Amino acid sequence: MMAWAWQRFHPVGLNIRRSADEQLAVALVWLLAALLLVFLAWPLASILIKAVEARNGSFVGLDNLLTLLTEPRLLEATWNSMRLALMTLALVLPLALAFAFALTRSRLWGRPVFRLIALSPLLAPSLMPAISLVYLFGNQGVLKDWLGDSSIYGPLGIVLGEVFYTFPHALLILATALSVADARLYEAAEVLGASKLRRFMTVTLPNARYGLLSAGMVVFTLVVTDFGVPKVIGGQTNVLALEAYKQVIGQQNFGKGAVIGLLLLLPAVLSFSVERWLARSHGAAMSGRSVSYQPGRNHGRDVLLGVCCSGICLFLLAMLGVAIAAAFMKLWPYDLSFTLDHFDFDQVDGGGWLAFFNSLKLAALTTLVGTTVVYFTAYLISKTPAPRLPANLIRSLVLLPMAVPGLVLGLGYIFCFNSPAHPLHGLYGSMTILVAATVAHFYTTAHLTVATSLRQIDAEIEAVARSLRRPWWIACLRVTLPISLPALLDVARYLFVSSMTTVSCVIFLYTPDTVLASVAVLNMDDAGDTAPAAAMASLIVASSLLATLLINLPGWWLNRHAQAWRTA
Amino acid sequence: MKRQEFPTPAEQGHPSADCLRFTGIHKRFGSFKALDGIDLSIRKGEFLCLLGPSGCGKTTLLRILAGLETQDAGSLHMAGRDISRLPPAARDYGIVFQSYALFPNLTVAGNIAYGLRTSRQAQGRRVAELLDLVGLPGSESRFPSQLSGGQQQRVALARALATSPSLLLLDEPLSALDAQVREHLRAELRLLQQKLGVTTIMVTHDQEEALALADTIAVMRHGRIEQVGSPEQIYRQPANRFVAEFVGHANWLPVHCDDMGTLRLAGIPLASSFAMPTGLASAEATLFCRPEDVRVEPHWQPANNTLMAVVERVDFLGGLRRASLSLCAAREIVLVADVSPNDAGFSALVPGQRVPVTLPADRLRLFQGSVL
Repeated sequence: MMAWAWQRFHPVGLNIRRSADEQLAVALVWLLAALLLVFLAWPLASILIKAVEARNGSFVGLDNLLTLLTEPRLLEATWNSMRLALMTLALVLPLALAFAFALTRSRLWGRPVFRLIALSPLLAPSLMPAISLVYLFGNQGVLKDWLGDSSIYGPLGIVLGEVFYTFPHALLILATALSVADARLYEAAEVLGASKLRRFMTVTLPNARYGLLSAGMVVFTLVVTDFGVPKVIGGQTNVLALEAYKQVIGQQNFGKGAVIGLLLLLPAVLSFSVERWLARSHGAAMSGRSVSYQPGRNHGRDVLLGVCCSGICLFLLAMLGVAIAAAFMKLWPYDLSFTLDHFDFDQVDGGGWLAFFNSLKLAALTTLVGTTVVYFTAYLISKTPAPRLPANLIRSLVLLPMAVPGLVLGLGYIFCFNSPAHPLHGLYGSMTILVAATVAHFYTTAHLTVATSLRQIDAEIEAVARSLRRPWWIACLRVTLPISLPALLDVARYLFVSSMTTVSCVIFLYTPDTVLASVAVLNMDDAGDTAPAAAMASLIVASSLLATLLINLPGWWLNRHAQAWRTA
Repeated sequence: MKRQEFPTPAEQGHPSADCLRFTGIHKRFGSFKALDGIDLSIRKGEFLCLLGPSGCGKTTLLRILAGLETQDAGSLHMAGRDISRLPPAARDYGIVFQSYALFPNLTVAGNIAYGLRTSRQAQGRRVAELLDLVGLPGSESRFPSQLSGGQQQRVALARALATSPSLLLLDEPLSALDAQVREHLRAELRLLQQKLGVTTIMVTHDQEEALALADTIAVMRHGRIEQVGSPEQIYRQPANRFVAEFVGHANWLPVHCDDMGTLRLAGIPLASSFAMPTGLASAEATLFCRPEDVRVEPHWQPANNTLMAVVERVDFLGGLRRASLSLCAAREIVLVADVSPNDAGFSALVPGQRVPVTLPADRLRLFQGSVL
C-alpha cells in the first residue's frame, strides 16, 4: 500500500529524505488517517451495506428501499419532515436575518447582550424547547387558551421548537455574512443617489445571498434530522428522524433504519455539495483594500430592530426559562412553590445522576481527545511534509461529518460496531465508542476552525523552524500552539457544549452504564416524568454555561496578560 | 552607481573552491516550467544575487536549495557533499524571508536562541553577541510586534546566523521595508556579510539592490540563467537584450549594417570597439547604449560618432537631468541622455536647441534584430 502510494503520488524519481522527526510525523499522519477511516468512513459504509441487507444478513438489493417506498407511513413521514422543515425555514430565516442585521449593521444599544441571549439555545438540548412548549401550551399549559382549538402537540409545536433550536445556527452564519461589508460599495451607491431601500436590495442582500443560502441549508438539515423536538411534542405527527429511531430501537429492523438513514443523508449531502460549489465560485467578499462598514445614526431603524430583537429574545428566554422554572416548582402550573425534589433523579427511571455524571465525563473526554486530535491532525497535514495519500484522505474525510446528521452517524456506529465480526466489537457499549462518535460527529466544524487559524500563520515560520534544525514538535508546541490558542479554546468550548447537548448521535449507542443526561431527558419525558426531565435539561444548560465561562476565562486572561505580543 | 571592484568568478573561479554547485536543476509545476536546467556554482564567502522578474524561478531555486521544494531533476552539492535529497535540517543554512517570519509569541532572545542547543548561559551570551552584531543590543526581552520592520529584519538575520551556518539564504529580505530603511540596511548587510565571510545567496527582483550588494549576479528569466557575472559585467556587458533591458535604462537604436560591414545610424557611419559579428551584412540590428554614456557636447567638433540632435524635452531627476534628443538626420529616432551639472554640455540643454551628441565607441553594444 505504502509503496504503491509512494509511486503514485511521487511520480518523479527524486525525493527529499525525511529527518527522524519528520518520519515520526509521517507515521502519525498515517495513524490519524487510519483512525478516521475506522471511526468515520467504516461506520458510514456500513449504513450502505445494511441498507441492502435483509434482517438475516442476506443481500436483498433495493428491496428495503422499495418496501419502504410503498409504505404510506414512510411517505407521510417524509412529507411531514419536508413540510415542517420548510415552515421552520420560512420563520427562522427572516427573523435571523433581521437579528443579524441588528447585530452587525445598526447602532442598537446592548448588542452584545442581545447576541448572548440569541445564542443561548446552543446551550440546551433540542428537547428543552419542546418541554417548555408543553408547559406553556400543553394540556395543562398556562397559555393553552391562546391556541383556541388547535393543539400544540403536532406541527405547531414542532415548528416552534425547531425555530428555537435552529435560530442560533442561522444567526451565526448570517451575522458572519453581514459582518464582512465593504463600506466603499455603500459609499458608491449613496453617491450614485440610491435610496436606503435600494442600497439594502442591491448591496446588502446580494452580499448576504451566500450566507442566506448556507443558513437555509443548515436549518433545513437540522430540522429534518432532529428527533428530540418531534419526540416530545410531535403527538401523532410522524417524521423521518423519528421513524428511523422507531425502526432501529423499537423494531430492531436495521435494514429499514439504514434506508431511512440514507434518506436523511440526502438533504445534508445536497446542501453540502451546493455549499462546496458555491464556496468555489464565491470570491472573497473582502479584499485587502476593503474599508470596513460603520453603521451611521438612524433612530427609526434602531427602534424597529430593537423591538424585533426584543421580541425574539423574549421568545427564546421563555423557551429556556419556563423549563428551568418548572424544574424548581412542585407541580406546574398548580403549585408554584419552590422545591428541589425534581432533582432527586434516582426516584425516577432514566438513569438518574449517573446519566449527568456520564455526560460530564463524555463532554470532558470529547473536549480533551477532540481538541488534541483535531489540532495535531490539522497541524501535521498543513505544516509538515506529510505524504500526499494520507493527507488527502484526511482532508476529504474531515469534511464528511458536516454532511452526516448525528442520527445517521449513530446508526452507522451501531451497524458497524454492533456486529460481532467487527474487530473492535469490544468497544460497543463503552464510553470510548461514545467519545469516538461524538468527536467524529462534530469534527468538521472543529477542524475548519483550527485549519483556518493555522492558515493565518505565515507558512514561512515553519520553513524557518525547519532550517533551524529543531524537530517539528518544538515549533508545534512553542510557536504554533500559543498563536492558535484562541481557536483551540473555541473548539474546546464548542465540543464540550455540543457533547453535553447532543441526543441524536448517542441515542443508539448508550447502555444502562453509559446513559447520558440528554438521553435521560428524553426517557424521563417519555415516561411522563416531565418535571425531572426539565430539571435534567436545566442541569445540562447550567453545566454548558459554566463550561463556557470556564473556558472563556483563560482566553480572557491570555488576552489581558500572557499575549502581550499580540497587541503590542 | 559607484561600487568597489570585486574579483569575478571568471577571474578567480576554481572548481575545487566551489562552496555550492547546482547541476542541471529542473522543476515543473504542472505544465509550467519553473526551472529549466540551472547550472551555477558559488565560491566560499561569495555574495550571489539571483536577479529576475517575478515568475523567473529565482525563489523556486532558493526553496530547492533550502529543501523546502523538491527538484524534478538535477543535483546540489555543498562543500563537495551531495545534499540533493537531504531534509532541510541536514543542509546547514540559515534563511531570512521577506515576511521576517519571526515567531510572534517568543521574545527577541527566544527567537534568536530557537536553534541553539547549548546551555542557557551560553545561549544568552550568543544572543547578546548576535544582537550587537546586527546593531540591536539590549533588545532581548522585546516581542517582534514591538519592533519596527527594519529591526524585525535584523532579528531575523541574527536568528539565521545564530547557529553559524555555512550558507545564508535571503529571500527578498529588504522588499518589505520602506526606501530609506532599505538603503541603510542594505549597506549594513553588505558589511556584515563581508565581516563574517559567510557564503550568501540572495533572491531579489530589485536590480539596484543586486548591483549594490552582490559579488556575482545571476540574471534569470523563464527558469533559465541568462547571464552570470560581476555587477560591472552585467551592467556594462549584458549578454543579451533581456539582461540589458532588465538592468538599468538603455537606448535602443535601429542601425543598418551595409555591404561593407559598416554600421549606419540614420545613414551616418558609426565606429565601434567590438568585433562585428559575421553574417550581419545588409541586415537590421539594434545598438545599445546607456543614457549616462551618451555625451552631450558644448560645441560641434567633427569626430567619430558625433551626430547633431534636437533637444525635445528635459526632465529634472534631482542629481541629474534626463534629456530626450531626436536625431536631426532622422527625427523619429529618439535618444535619451543622462547629463549631470558637471558635464560640459549641461548648459546646452534647452528644448528646441540643436546640440552635438557623441556615442562613445567603447560603450556601444550591438544586438541582432530590429528595435521592438
